Formats: sequence, structure tokens, C-alpha cells
Amino acid sequence: MIARVVVMPKPVVNDPQGVTVRQGLNALGFGEVADVRVGKYIEVRLDGSSTEEAKRRVDDMCRRLLANQVIEDYHFDLEEPAG
Amino acid sequence: MRFGVVVFPGTWSDRDCGHVVRDVLGADLVYLWHKDRDLRGADCVILPGGFSYGDYLRAGAIARFSPVMETVAEFAARGGLVWGICNGFQVLCEAGLLPGALVRNDCLEFRCEWTHLRCEREATPFTGCLGRGQVVRVPIAHGEGNYVADPATLDALERRGQVVFRYCDAAGTTTRVANPNGSHANIAGIVNERGNVLGMMPHPERCAEAELGGTDGLLLFRSVLEAAAGAVRA
Repeated sequence: MIARVVVMPKPVVNDPQGVTVRQGLNALGFGEVADVRVGKYIEVRLDGSSTEEAKRRVDDMCRRLLANQVIEDYHFDLEEPAG
Repeated sequence: MRFGVVVFPGTWSDRDCGHVVRDVLGADLVYLWHKDRDLRGADCVILPGGFSYGDYLRAGAIARFSPVMETVAEFAARGGLVWGICNGFQVLCEAGLLPGALVRNDCLEFRCEWTHLRCEREATPFTGCLGRGQVVRVPIAHGEGNYVADPATLDALERRGQVVFRYCDAAGTTTRVANPNGSHANIAGIVNERGNVLGMMPHPERCAEAELGGTDGLLLFRSVLEAAAGAVRA
């Protein structure tokens, strides 16, 4: 099982990285870019647990370490191993 | 009076703190390895600056799981003096010993420069030698010192007088220009509700001798020395 975790700065937290990337895209001629937020993508490979159990465990991982909920939101998908 | 200086892998300001404690202040010093669980009789535990665990994931995020941090949290809960400087402030926030978080400087630059700080509260074990409104000159060196918290937390910090230092100009005015990192309300340092845990981004250990360009930082170390007489021992 692979958990694909995305951690993003909360909308209320100023994201100077995102602002700078947006300005860069605008400068390159991508005038339609209205906003950019920069976050993190984390892959977690888990050994043999049920989807329900994995979901509960990964949520716990996010809350306790992978995201700081003062400043970040998170969401994740679980991918079952092929075959 | 004994200071315990915690050393995580990647800490860089431990020797600076130790030098000030032992050679300038003349107090007892013990270095505490991150795997230690015993604070070895420290009256005040310093979490120094640096890049503990390489700042992996988030600054301070991994350090808070160190064995020593469990004991530091218990010590703080008993009223022991805990002082986080720079990366130490980030660790204290990640550990939940202080509210809020420190995010990337709004300028996106690592800022290494002198700042002025206005003391907002003299009645703490860390600022007893300072007067309210006194301006001190202390250097910073950080890339993630932009203090944020939710509005309710920020209101509570102000209401309870937990903001101890704010970035200001030489005259003591908190201007936008004097704020090196975009911190909310120019916040440079806060204490917990009980007042025994201080987190601050500036480095008082780097301005405790005239040879280094200033001695204002020594006022904080002296304050702790005086306060420790009545403090909890590890």
C-alpha cells in the first residue's frame, strides 16, 4: 500500500514562496496565473494493512508529524498494490 | 546555578551558549545530548540555535521526538526554566510547549543581521534585568522566523502579556522596516502562559561580549542567573 500525502500551507497563512513563483510565472508571460501555493508531496509505503486500517494510521501520521496543523492542511490517497 | 545546553545533531549554537554560560557569566554548564533523559541538575535548559536534524520536514519537527525533549517537557510542566533560541524556539513550537509556528521569512531570504528588540515584559525569569520598553540590540540568523498563529491564539498572547520581545527600530518603534521576517505584530519572542518557557528567534549568546559588538545579550543570561535562585531544579 502506498499513501500519497499532500501537505499545503493553510489558506490563511501567507505563502511567500507561492507568491514568488506566481510572480515568476507572470514574468514568463503566463499572465493568467492568479495564484500559486507551494506545498509538499510525501509518499509513504506501508506494509500489509487493510485499507481502513491504513487510512486511520496515515491520518494519525499526518496529525502527529507529517503536517503541522497550526500552519498546514493535508490530504492523502491510498493506492493498493497492483495485482 | 547550572545551565543545561541541549545538543541535537545539527545544532550549531551550543558552544556559543556554553561559552557565555561558563566563561562570561561564570555559571555551571552541562551539555545535554539529545539521547539523554537526565537533565543532570540543570536549573535552566537552553535549546540552542542551528539546524537540528537538518530541518528535515519542518524546522524543529524531528527534534521534538528526541528522548531529551520528553524530559524537557516534564521539566517545563513542573515550572523549570526552558529557553529556546532560534531553532530552539522552532522546536518548542513543534513540541507544543509554546503556541503558534515559525514559517519561512516573508522576504524568502536567510537574514543574518543586527536587530533591535523592545522588551515588552520585564516580569519573566529571562528579562528581570531589563526594563519594560527597553531596547536591546541582538543579532538574528534565520530563514524561518516568521511567527504565525491563529487569531484567537494571537489575541490570547497579547491579552496575557506573553509577547516578550518585538522587533523595533533603534528608538523602540515597531515599524514594518524593522521587522526582518514578517512576523505577526513584529513578534520576536514569547513565553508560555506560566512564564517559565521562553522562545525567541534572536541570538543573545552572540552579543554577550564587547569584542562581538554588543553585550545586551548578557542581560538575559544575568536575568536567568538571578531568577534561578527560586526556580525548580531538574
